[in-house]
Amino acid sequence: MRRPRLLYVPFWATYVFLYTPIVVLVVMSFNSGKSPYSFTGLSLKWYGKLAGNALVREGLVNTLIVAAGSTVLATVLGTLLAVGLARHTRSRVLDTLGVLPAVLPDLVLAIGLLVFYAAVRMTLGLQSVLLAHTVFGMAFVTAVVRTRLTHVDDSLEEASRDLGASPFTTFVRVTLPQLMPGIVAGALLAFTLSVDEFVIAFFTAAPTTPTLPIVIYSMVRFGVTPEINALATLLLAVSFTVVIAAQRMTRLTESLS
Amino acid sequence: MTVPAVSGATVNTRSRRSRLAERLVFLGPGLAYLIVLLLIPLATVLSFSLFRRGRFGGVIYEASGDNLVRLADPIYLDIVLGSLRIALVATLVALLLGYPTAYLIARLPRKWKTIALVAIVLPFWTNLLIRVYAWIVLLSGPGLVNSALGKLGLGPFEFLYNQGTVVVGLVYSYLPLMVLPLYAAIERLDPRLAEASANLGARPARTFVSVTLPLTLPGVLTGCMFVFVPSFGNFVIPELLGGGRSIMVGNLIRDQFLTARDWPFGSALTLALLAVLIVLLLLQAWSARRA
Repeated sequence: MRRPRLLYVPFWATYVFLYTPIVVLVVMSFNSGKSPYSFTGLSLKWYGKLAGNALVREGLVNTLIVAAGSTVLATVLGTLLAVGLARHTRSRVLDTLGVLPAVLPDLVLAIGLLVFYAAVRMTLGLQSVLLAHTVFGMAFVTAVVRTRLTHVDDSLEEASRDLGASPFTTFVRVTLPQLMPGIVAGALLAFTLSVDEFVIAFFTAAPTTPTLPIVIYSMVRFGVTPEINALATLLLAVSFTVVIAAQRMTRLTESLS
Repeated sequence: MTVPAVSGATVNTRSRRSRLAERLVFLGPGLAYLIVLLLIPLATVLSFSLFRRGRFGGVIYEASGDNLVRLADPIYLDIVLGSLRIALVATLVALLLGYPTAYLIARLPRKWKTIALVAIVLPFWTNLLIRVYAWIVLLSGPGLVNSALGKLGLGPFEFLYNQGTVVVGLVYSYLPLMVLPLYAAIERLDPRLAEASANLGARPARTFVSVTLPLTLPGVLTGCMFVFVPSFGNFVIPELLGGGRSIMVGNLIRDQFLTARDWPFGSALTLALLAVLIVLLLLQAWSARRA
């Protein structure tokens, strides 16, 4: 089909719009001057400053604890729920409940959990953020594993049962291995979303246990400093690597199956 | 005669019992989690909105409709309508940028298609706060846009802290969510339909309005929802790019919980936000079914 020339204007505008701020951030992180607005010379000093920032380090550790814990919980609960919803019920209400946390605005979930934690007198801290992140992480794992389930051949499960395997053995030795790519993808998604999540963590963390996004938020509110640029560049590098690796991996598993 | 019947019945109850056990094992943990940490919290918000605020910020467990009445106060109604307008403008801008982009990506050669799509999604996987910060660096008083304009002898302008900047921030943050469903819809479109329309003498604009657009409408609606929902309930972007004032419902809700400490009214506002979104989702489902 022919491609009208005029369409290239918004097309390139989109990419310029998406990448200009990112390029500026990265370039300015290597600036030797104190101002993030004018480039005065190459230097890595903001990376050095960042490495010495105890608050950032603490935030990073908190974030990793929350992300790892909520990913494990979300992956186990979400995988079981996906199989349960696909194989053991036809209820559309339960289906909707399973995806609800993924479509609910984060602010609504955050307020709900804040109010709930207060009502049951739970102390806020890393555990409250971890439990909160599991809610939406589980919804994403459930969704991804369910999509994978549609590719699973149920005649294999039937064969396993006919050969006398218990439902447990069938699940562990036949169903789970086939679901693995979906489970891994779901877990990666839950982990990334938890690492980046700000709004829910902001409302459910204690002031003494900030996650990295909360630390970034207070840095940004406090003022513009090239230290944030250095942190941003490092985080960008990590997420770009993860996204590209995930892209490669899915292509690999697709070509294998 | 009775023996097979009895054994049949035991097999039947056993298998029914084991089916029940399987259901419990698979569905039980996840649903229990969602009931305790999703449904009960939402119900708590609902009940708080019907209580009264204590003098020192606590909640007095005494039924009252005051908070719901207060929602109709013009001060708050204006903020809700203002957020609706900001979110709608952001959605429209994202659609105008996103549709042509998705259209061209769908028509690219296979290899370039993947690269173009990954390039759309990449910024989305970086922290939202950092993406917002990048705009502060670009647009603030001594920022890069102003210094570039200064060299041309223009400005400096105050770009930050108004509704326009909030729209820019929202579009920047959620544009990938617009492009992806649009791409999926356009990709599925049979290019022969547009060819047929052209062969029958329709101009490109006519083909777009009567063939391409109606067929990709579900993707348009999904993309618009994906941008509108997080925009409407946002509080981070308006706070960082829109200045300190409560200009969107999200800021107002945040203030009720963290500074005004009026939890019942904050709960009522949260419910109002949720209600608007539910109405929109129902409208979308209804129009998708009609299309």
